[in-house]
Amino acid sequence: MYQTTYHRASSVDEAVSLFGKSSEAKFLAGGQTLLPVMKQRLASPSDVIDLGKIKELQGVELSGDTLTIKAATTYYDIMTNADVKKAIPAIAHLTSVLGDPAVRYRGTIGGSIANNDPAADFPAALLALGATVKTNKRSIAAEDFFQGLFTTALEDGELITAVSFPVPAKAGYEKMRHPASRFALTGVFVAQTKSGEVRVAATGASQSGVMRVPVIEAALKANWSPAAVDGVSISANGLLADIHGTAEYRANLIKVMAQRAVSAAG
Amino acid sequence: MSTVKLTVNGKAVAVDVEDRTLLVQLLRDHLNLTGTHVGCDTSQCGACVVHMDGKAVKSCTMLAGQADGSTITTIEGIAKGDELHPMQAAFRDNHGLQCGYCTPGMIMSAIDIVHRHGGQLDEATVRSELEGNICRCTGYHNIVKAVLDAAGRMKVSQAAE
Repeated sequence: MYQTTYHRASSVDEAVSLFGKSSEAKFLAGGQTLLPVMKQRLASPSDVIDLGKIKELQGVELSGDTLTIKAATTYYDIMTNADVKKAIPAIAHLTSVLGDPAVRYRGTIGGSIANNDPAADFPAALLALGATVKTNKRSIAAEDFFQGLFTTALEDGELITAVSFPVPAKAGYEKMRHPASRFALTGVFVAQTKSGEVRVAATGASQSGVMRVPVIEAALKANWSPAAVDGVSISANGLLADIHGTAEYRANLIKVMAQRAVSAAG
Repeated sequence: MSTVKLTVNGKAVAVDVEDRTLLVQLLRDHLNLTGTHVGCDTSQCGACVVHMDGKAVKSCTMLAGQADGSTITTIEGIAKGDELHPMQAAFRDNHGLQCGYCTPGMIMSAIDIVHRHGGQLDEATVRSELEGNICRCTGYHNIVKAVLDAAGRMKVSQAAE
């Protein structure tokens, strides 16, 4: 790892102010992606600003039909939270199959979405549930937030403070896990909103990162059942292909994972 | 440079380290606690797992500064004098180590697993919970046996306390 200067912020304002004073700073939440990348010298921030001790970035709130998860809440705290399990059990499930136990103790929802790895799990949940990303400056709809591989709408120095999810009528998430990295080879999050809208998002599949899957949404809107997806055809155009799977394989995985997610959602 | 203050295996320590120092480097290079291993250095293998405030974390994937003010327990801190921790004893009795390189991380993760699951452990749960710890001797069979054995022993020893 290259030299860096470590700062610990005690509030969002302090974190943003420290960021502004540094030449090339990075916010450090759980560090489960940033630190491995720094160790490989693929990132060399002049300063890292630790968000881990900022109380206003921790915790979960359920208010009416909105579940709000603060940005630096760890995966472990999310998957074991009673409000999450009650309001959107699919999020508790998604979090429980993410990384491994040691990673779940440290990694955070804000870190996951700020990084926007094309195979990360949380972006699929945000997009399918129509979540809103709250920052120190504004609110951003999930549709506008994710902008391609490792790219988001965040401006330099803008800090995610929370994610708000509308509580759906039904939701499910299933993924084919890469056996070594535990990232999603392809993962699909399905949701039926309380107003009857169906939204489906796939991660790990597209060359442009997390994406909606309109053909499956239409099929499930007509008939919310795994069988409804049988006849759907997914194009392999624009899907990822690597040593782990071809684009055609991932196209098929989108269907299969969507069917399993619908089964899980009930 | 920063001063990092920690409690490690029951002792308060203050260590001056470069800001880029990882927790595992502080433990091994500054405190000479070399029981905690570095295996992959890419956050995948779990040889470096220690307990921070009771939670099993990868000490190669934390800056020492992030651990400031916390309580750390390493593999050196779990036995009571000459009496092995029940998890250590179970690993020995079940031949849960071959080359031994992954063992410190395995044991620290396994203790955390038992704490979280209590008496609810079965083989499938142990196997899935150990996915962050890699044994390149592939000696998982006896490791899983050891964890299940230790889960029983830890319940008994907790009841006795």
